[in-house]
Amino acid sequence: MNSILNVENLSLTIGKDEILKNISFEIKQGEIFALVGESGSGKSLTSLAIMRLLPDVISVSCGDIKLKKKSLFALPEYEMQKVRGKSIAMIFQEPMSALNPVMTVGAQVAEVLKIHLGLRNDAVKMKVVSLFKEVALKDPEERYNWYPHQLSGGQKQRVMIAIALACEPDLLIADEPTTALDVTIQAQILELLKKIREDRKLSILFITHDMAVVSQMADRVAVMKEGEILEQAVCKEFFSNPQHPYTQSLLRDAMEKKEDSKIKEEGEKLLEVEDLKVHFPIKKGFFQRTAGYVKAVDGVTLSIPRGKTLALVGESGSGKSTIGQAILSLVHMTQGSIKFENKNLATLSERALKPYRRKIQIVFQDPYSALNPRMTIGNIIREGMVSLGVGSKERAAQDEHIKELLLKVDLEAEHARRYPHEFSGGQRQRIGIARALAVEPELIICDEPTSALDVSVRSQVLKLLRKLQEESGVSYLFITHDLSIVPTIADEVAVMKEGKIVEQGSVEEVMENPQEEYTKTLLAAAPKLPNKNKEAYT
Amino acid sequence: MILTLLWTDIMVWILLFTIVVWSWVVSGSPQVKKQWHTIFKSSIAMASATVLLFYLLFTLLDSVHFRLATPSTDTKSQQVQYGEMTSLLDLLFSHNIKNTERTYSAPFATHEYAKSIVVDANGVTKQAYLPLKHVSNNNDLLQKSMFAIFMGIVMGGSLIFLHMVWRKKRGFKSELPWRTAYLTLLFLTVIFTWFYMLSYHYHVLGTDKVGGDVLYHSLKSIRTGVLIGVLTTLIMLPVAIILGVSAGLFGGWVDDVIQYLYTTLSSIPGVLLIAAGVLSMQVMMDNNPTWFETTLERSDLRLLFLILILGITSWTGLCRLLRAETLKISQIEFVTAAKAFGVGKFTIIRRHIIPNLMHIILISIVLDFSGLVLAEAVLSYVGVGVDPTMHSWGNMINQARLEMAREPMVWWSLFSAFVFMFILVLAANLLSDRIQIVLDPRNKS
Amino acid sequence: MFGYIIKRLLYAIPILIGVNLITFILFFMVNSPEDMARAQLGAKQVTPQMIQAWKEQRGYEKPLFINDKATGISKATDTLFVQESLKLFSFNFGISDSNRDIGSDIKERMGPSLAIALPTFLIALITNISLALLLVLFRGSALDTSMMIVAVMIMSISGLFYIIAGQVLFSKMWHWVPISGYESGWGAVKFTVLPVMIGVFAGIGAGVRWYRSIFLEQINQDYVRTARAKGLSELKVLFGHVLRNGMLPILTGVVVVIPTLFMGSLIMESFFGIPGLGSYTIDAINSQDFAIVKAMVFLGSVLYIIGLILTDISYTLFDPRVKL
Repeated sequence: MNSILNVENLSLTIGKDEILKNISFEIKQGEIFALVGESGSGKSLTSLAIMRLLPDVISVSCGDIKLKKKSLFALPEYEMQKVRGKSIAMIFQEPMSALNPVMTVGAQVAEVLKIHLGLRNDAVKMKVVSLFKEVALKDPEERYNWYPHQLSGGQKQRVMIAIALACEPDLLIADEPTTALDVTIQAQILELLKKIREDRKLSILFITHDMAVVSQMADRVAVMKEGEILEQAVCKEFFSNPQHPYTQSLLRDAMEKKEDSKIKEEGEKLLEVEDLKVHFPIKKGFFQRTAGYVKAVDGVTLSIPRGKTLALVGESGSGKSTIGQAILSLVHMTQGSIKFENKNLATLSERALKPYRRKIQIVFQDPYSALNPRMTIGNIIREGMVSLGVGSKERAAQDEHIKELLLKVDLEAEHARRYPHEFSGGQRQRIGIARALAVEPELIICDEPTSALDVSVRSQVLKLLRKLQEESGVSYLFITHDLSIVPTIADEVAVMKEGKIVEQGSVEEVMENPQEEYTKTLLAAAPKLPNKNKEAYT
Repeated sequence: MILTLLWTDIMVWILLFTIVVWSWVVSGSPQVKKQWHTIFKSSIAMASATVLLFYLLFTLLDSVHFRLATPSTDTKSQQVQYGEMTSLLDLLFSHNIKNTERTYSAPFATHEYAKSIVVDANGVTKQAYLPLKHVSNNNDLLQKSMFAIFMGIVMGGSLIFLHMVWRKKRGFKSELPWRTAYLTLLFLTVIFTWFYMLSYHYHVLGTDKVGGDVLYHSLKSIRTGVLIGVLTTLIMLPVAIILGVSAGLFGGWVDDVIQYLYTTLSSIPGVLLIAAGVLSMQVMMDNNPTWFETTLERSDLRLLFLILILGITSWTGLCRLLRAETLKISQIEFVTAAKAFGVGKFTIIRRHIIPNLMHIILISIVLDFSGLVLAEAVLSYVGVGVDPTMHSWGNMINQARLEMAREPMVWWSLFSAFVFMFILVLAANLLSDRIQIVLDPRNKS
Repeated sequence: MFGYIIKRLLYAIPILIGVNLITFILFFMVNSPEDMARAQLGAKQVTPQMIQAWKEQRGYEKPLFINDKATGISKATDTLFVQESLKLFSFNFGISDSNRDIGSDIKERMGPSLAIALPTFLIALITNISLALLLVLFRGSALDTSMMIVAVMIMSISGLFYIIAGQVLFSKMWHWVPISGYESGWGAVKFTVLPVMIGVFAGIGAGVRWYRSIFLEQINQDYVRTARAKGLSELKVLFGHVLRNGMLPILTGVVVVIPTLFMGSLIMESFFGIPGLGSYTIDAINSQDFAIVKAMVFLGSVLYIIGLILTDISYTLFDPRVKL
């Protein structure tokens, strides 16, 4: 098999700092090569270097990249423009923002055909439609005239793939193409990429941080960390016999299994939600008449016992986050009851609700917007305590309590004086947990708390949450779209679709013996690691 | 000597006090201190700030008014007579005030600008240039200049020396471009000292139509310009912040009312609104002559009212911005967290929303400042600016413009006003650019 | 869309009422109809009958807000405020305090105002956008930095300076164009060239900076990265993608101004002796002619609101995401 891409001793620098150190790898024709690493490892930089789309501040200090034996770095810019989009094509992570919002999707595909192949008018339109068919976009002729905002995330990504394939490239670079998509859609797109590889003998450089996806897609794998490639291997070898300790720890973290915990007694029911409905009115027309409802939550019944975790799983738009907001009384409930310790929260006024606010708290998904950038960590944690009257009113005693909390979440006491931007995503998430703990709640709603985190950080946070539950008996409502982490944290699981719960039960029951169609689809779509045995990775 | 403070004087000192207090409060937060540090790392910002401080100095000098006791002509009476209201700046330039000429003269000139009819010793009538009354005729301009520049360097140098000593005590640790600041300071001090010392012997920037010294006029106008720029913002800020944040956070009918208010107000052409306000004010002042005793007080009151009117008519722009930003911030998760803690709405505003609005507010303040200084000139031209007896660049331009047709042209009064205004506005714009670059969250990458 | 326009026009009514209210209050705080009559008729030989007649001619004899002499609902409606407002809403501007028909004066003076405002607007728009695009193409270069400094300096100089310097240089010293004045028809060109050029030049500093920042914001978006990855040259990226997306924020700032072009620039017209609506307004303010001022304020507000509506409509035309 001929070699399509050759990266040789590539090093990049910003100023004096080296951000890519001596990267070398090769991609053969028809091969899917996965580049894995956590954020900041340099994988996206590598792809940008191949396309020569690096920002001006970054310079190539040494090395070369060859496409089919011809050096790309030796080309002048106007020659490189002929390579981009034609010989090498790229698709990005966020399909929402990667497409021009004011151009039709058809025109955006046509653009690439026009500049590289010189096609015009009817020929162009025909080619675009055939491309849309190839990427399995329904009603291709109609879709030509649609705008990006009218398409779903999965459809947009298909358009991106169509743009990439238009001029029959030798290499397709896919930079985390499915990270922003729902699990079922992700499965479809990955299937599509594999099919295209088969049909066209296309080489793909697949960049991701998800090990399970790698095991499903890749022929060969390379692991990057802090600008270096630590290990390269054929996929099967890579997963059955990882060599480098970092690789081993990555695989371990990806394959978390819940340690057999002590059997917990059937606790009393802490939270009981009955037939909860949250409908948002759609107002139309001159007089703002209510034309219909968005049924975000449409009749949900669930319960959480004391000291246990219920995982709420669903894709985007299923209503899972709305349930969390309703329980916190942050959103208006249309119907139903939310009973906490047998008291219906829905009937309480804001004042009567305040003592209950102490008992139910929340941890958010995005660590970057969950903390006020202008407040010190200490004050962020203090806010809840002061507002809900927990603990001492004396400042010194409060400071003590804050220090204890920081230590509890594996941070340091002196961090109280620092500001959020000085911390990493994982650390900020822990600060968020400390903030929720400060008021000594009995139930914490975790709204996708690990979705924005790297795999290794994720496992740390989950471990922390488990530890806290064991120590203090706090219950969790764990909202997530990621089925793979459910066994590591939850006792029971409920699967949601379009505002309704389709199946619920204990984790073993639902995950190993699903009854409903949708649950089965979700489980099947989720990419799996080859080896269920954790011991292989130690 | 009795201290008599005008209304605007009081406002200036309150403002100064507020700034000092605010700086002290802000220096408690290491995050904000760091931001200001980054702002001043730029030499341009440093130089601009020095220039602005220089202008501020003149404003302050001119904001302390008092009346000096005049020697009593009536030896029998026990009462002390007091003269006109003067300020510190006036004291400095008392020689200029006294030494008015008859009419126009060019900078550094020794004779009047236009010829006048003169009957000479032989009884022959002819046209000649009359010598200026208060300008010395010795041809030693160069000598005096050298001496003045020397004095300037000495004065500037000593200030710099003092500052360096103060820095040394704290260990020379900051990396701010003090050298640029020193150079700017030196430059300004030298120029000013040169002007000042020569003003005893020459009319450095010429004289205007009625013989008043142009340098003196220009310096006095600084206070007017700076006051309009700064005090208006002082009035405009609370209104814009309260209304903007309320509209964004409370929504509902509060939002509708506030939006109605600012749409209505902004649909009235600005000049008309100001003009109407000024005219009303004039009538009010005409009907109440007891409110002020001297012309100075009267024109000061008019300035005060002008500032009030400008403040009340210019809050709409900032209000809109703050409303949009508040809407955005109130959706961010840390606000949701606060609500989940049951934190009250007003505390949320104080703790979460306003600190995250500071960058918009700060940029607005500095940007509006330059706009207002420029607007003053235009307003005076239209006739709804400051009182014609008050020293302002607008008035200088206006009066000079009427004489533009004169041949050869009288350019120095106009030029001087424009240059003083230009330097102030340029410094403010450059500083605001730098602040914007540092504070705008979108620039953080 | 039609329904939307109707809705916006209806919303405009309370705003115009509010505008009227403010103008009324401000003006009548200053002057009573008595004083206005006296001022116009000349203080010396005026008799109470003349004053009364003058007031009746203009409807000023009615009380301001509440008419105690009338009964029932007329108490509120038979007042100066309501009657005058109704007239305004039907665009009947009446006669000025000095006995001229305001409506026809406005029609006559619209032309000269437009003759200056429209060319200034168009030329400035094209110049500013072109320069901004140029600077964005060469962003970070020495050209970019130096042009930005020049822009700040142009911005910091008072507009009056440009006017006065322009007049001195081009009229007085070099005699290329007359200093001031106006002539209708093609002769207007020699009178409008200077004000238009000065208007464009004075606004270049702020204008280029604003457009440049809008385009720079677009350049950092993801879709630009996709466009480059397609192999588009930098020029094509700018004109094909950045410009179109940049148009959206530009529209908000630009379209709203268009209707108010009719009002003319108060300053330009005064300095250059152009008999447009701007100088009309200034003269009215100086002579405290309430009838004209109230008409101009009303007109100005109507035009501004039309501008707002036009902005929203243009957004729907250019941004496929926005539906009305």
